Amino acid sequence: MQQVSTVRHGAMFDTDELVLNMGPQHPSTHGVLRVVLRLDGEKVVDADVVIGYLHRGIEKLSENRNWTQIILLTDRMDYVAAATSNVGYCETVEKLMSIEVPRRARYVRTILCELQRIASHCLWLGTHAMDIGAMTVFLYAFRERELILDLFEEFCGARLTYNSMRIGGLPLDIPPGWAQKVLEFCKIMTSKIDEYETLLTHNRIWLERTKGVGVIPAAEAVALGLCGPALRGSGVPRDVRKDEPYAAYDEMDFDIPIGTAGDTYDRYLVRIEEFRQSLRIIRQATEGLPEGPIVGKVPRLIKPAAGETYHAIESPKGELGYFIVSDGKSTNPYRFRVRPPSFCNLQALPRLVRGHLVADVVALIGSIDIVLGEVDR
Amino acid sequence: MGVGPHASKKMIDTVVIPLLKIAIVLNATLVGVTYMVLLERKVIAWAQSRLGPMRVGPWGILQPVADAVKLMLKEDITPTRADKWVFTAAPIISMVPALIVYAVIPFGGDAPGEVAHIFGRDVPLYITRINVGLLYIVSVASVGVYGIILAGYSSNSKYPLLASLRASAQLISYEVAVTLTLVSVILVAGSLDMVSIVERQRDRHIWFFFLQPLAFVIVLIGGLAETNRAPFDLPEAEQELTGGFHTEYSGMRFALFFLAEYANMIVVSSVVTTLFFGGWLPPLPTWLPFLAYVPGWIWFFLKSFVFLYIFIWIRATLPRYRYDQLMRLGWKVLIPLAIANLVVTGIVKVMLL
Repeated sequence: MQQVSTVRHGAMFDTDELVLNMGPQHPSTHGVLRVVLRLDGEKVVDADVVIGYLHRGIEKLSENRNWTQIILLTDRMDYVAAATSNVGYCETVEKLMSIEVPRRARYVRTILCELQRIASHCLWLGTHAMDIGAMTVFLYAFRERELILDLFEEFCGARLTYNSMRIGGLPLDIPPGWAQKVLEFCKIMTSKIDEYETLLTHNRIWLERTKGVGVIPAAEAVALGLCGPALRGSGVPRDVRKDEPYAAYDEMDFDIPIGTAGDTYDRYLVRIEEFRQSLRIIRQATEGLPEGPIVGKVPRLIKPAAGETYHAIESPKGELGYFIVSDGKSTNPYRFRVRPPSFCNLQALPRLVRGHLVADVVALIGSIDIVLGEVDR
Repeated sequence: MGVGPHASKKMIDTVVIPLLKIAIVLNATLVGVTYMVLLERKVIAWAQSRLGPMRVGPWGILQPVADAVKLMLKEDITPTRADKWVFTAAPIISMVPALIVYAVIPFGGDAPGEVAHIFGRDVPLYITRINVGLLYIVSVASVGVYGIILAGYSSNSKYPLLASLRASAQLISYEVAVTLTLVSVILVAGSLDMVSIVERQRDRHIWFFFLQPLAFVIVLIGGLAETNRAPFDLPEAEQELTGGFHTEYSGMRFALFFLAEYANMIVVSSVVTTLFFGGWLPPLPTWLPFLAYVPGWIWFFLKSFVFLYIFIWIRATLPRYRYDQLMRLGWKVLIPLAIANLVVTGIVKVMLL
């Protein structure tokens, strides 16, 4: 074996490895990710992921903000799924303070989380397809994402960083007629998913580009700490929504799609199916939306007793966890720590790209679906 | 040495008319190429439920003018560590072959109804008619690849280098398939002369597409690959190589690469039209004789336009091939098919004719 590798590395010709710096300004690294590739021809021998270009110190900043102000900072982590981050944080504080959230608020949170999941997956699908060269899917996916942003704008006034949650419930009730619009959106979206699939799922080139690329077996995926669709693509049915239900997921009926091969194509199929499951949840939650208050019993001054808690939710990218320590004396958290799914998934990248070609690197960055705002915080 | 009427007549024949034709074709090509860019942007926009350029002129029809002005006024940067002469020569090497190929493309024939009348003469609608027209196109077009290779090499930058390596491998392997396929068309036509090939289609009352459908498909796919068009646009794959071989280029030199690509697209569709779809001939002359009243060059442009549209359409729809898959398609599918097609064509020709 040793001999084979020496010959391949150029005993005959004096070949060198080419070090290629991909990013942080590169069209396909989804933000400011930098990957230092060592190439043998076009084949990736090794990859080194360099992060931190978008570090804003959100965790440290949070220690100097009061509990309500932190909601706004969580918007800036996964900025394509801000509402999910809001929900995750608020639920963690609620858990720490044992606040009961009214059922209506939990239902609206579920609707928002799933709308956000669809919006985030739209962005993922568009950019992923674009990385592989299918440029039209990008515009189609953004067209539908726009509808979701409109719904969010009507709900909370913002289109990207929503600040749409409050500890104990919602800042405001849903506007009149909003639920109807959500159902209409579900109807539109159902046909649009088929449209995406027409363009990609059975496309020969798409299959060749994604099948067998970046295969990661279930055991290794678990060992690497993958989460979300990246883990489910390998066939591990782990989903926080089912395993440790939050918001109103315990009252919803939905399935967890899983893949078999653990390659880029399976991760793609899992996310496509998640579109459909999300729509199913949104329909159930919107149609069964209970009446009632939208905020629970929250003290005027939020000052949790000394203690610590960890709470995780299923963000569009995977398990988004918050670990919060309160010293019980101040109105700021003593320690605020986030377990971002993108960060944990990103560490699988060197393992995934090894042995593949440069073109697969961009496909794989897209396949694990990262947001640098969340990786660097 | 007086300049008599005879000499001036000769002057018109040998200098004025060819120069006039060259000027017209060259300018028409360049304008056509810039509008090709607009057409591509518009068609892709429609495919993606957008409007495309709308600001410059009504429906954006003056966009090419704005683009040209922008590109000409832009700072033309040469990287400090680039190989300056080669860096400057590369876009020219790319552009020139793409333009001089038009010399042998026939927009019309020699027959009385197909010629134009200038200075009381019958002027056929092609710049020149040489008996190795197709060979000339193939060989000149293959020079264009040097532009890409040299651009990648001289930029002294890694992404362009990778791209130019891809480009050279890709263009050379697809040229084999395309050229082998063209041989079978030549067998059918019995000539390398572009005008004769069309005349042969007229005399036999059949477009060679119907005799050589496989050849048409191979030439179309190979043509896409040779012009670096999607889904074979690996050398300029923006998402992978940040623009590929022209990453380091800006201003007018970048524009030359850009124009060369579109000029090559027009060449490929013109060649396909000439070889497989009867060039300037109207369709179905027996059943629809009135179509013959439409001038031949309009038919030529309409047919070429269809292929240009198909090129754009493909770009809007398909993802990009990976490098190894592209080579596999070229060497394991297209070249064997081309050889098989050639052999079968040869046997059929010997047995039946």
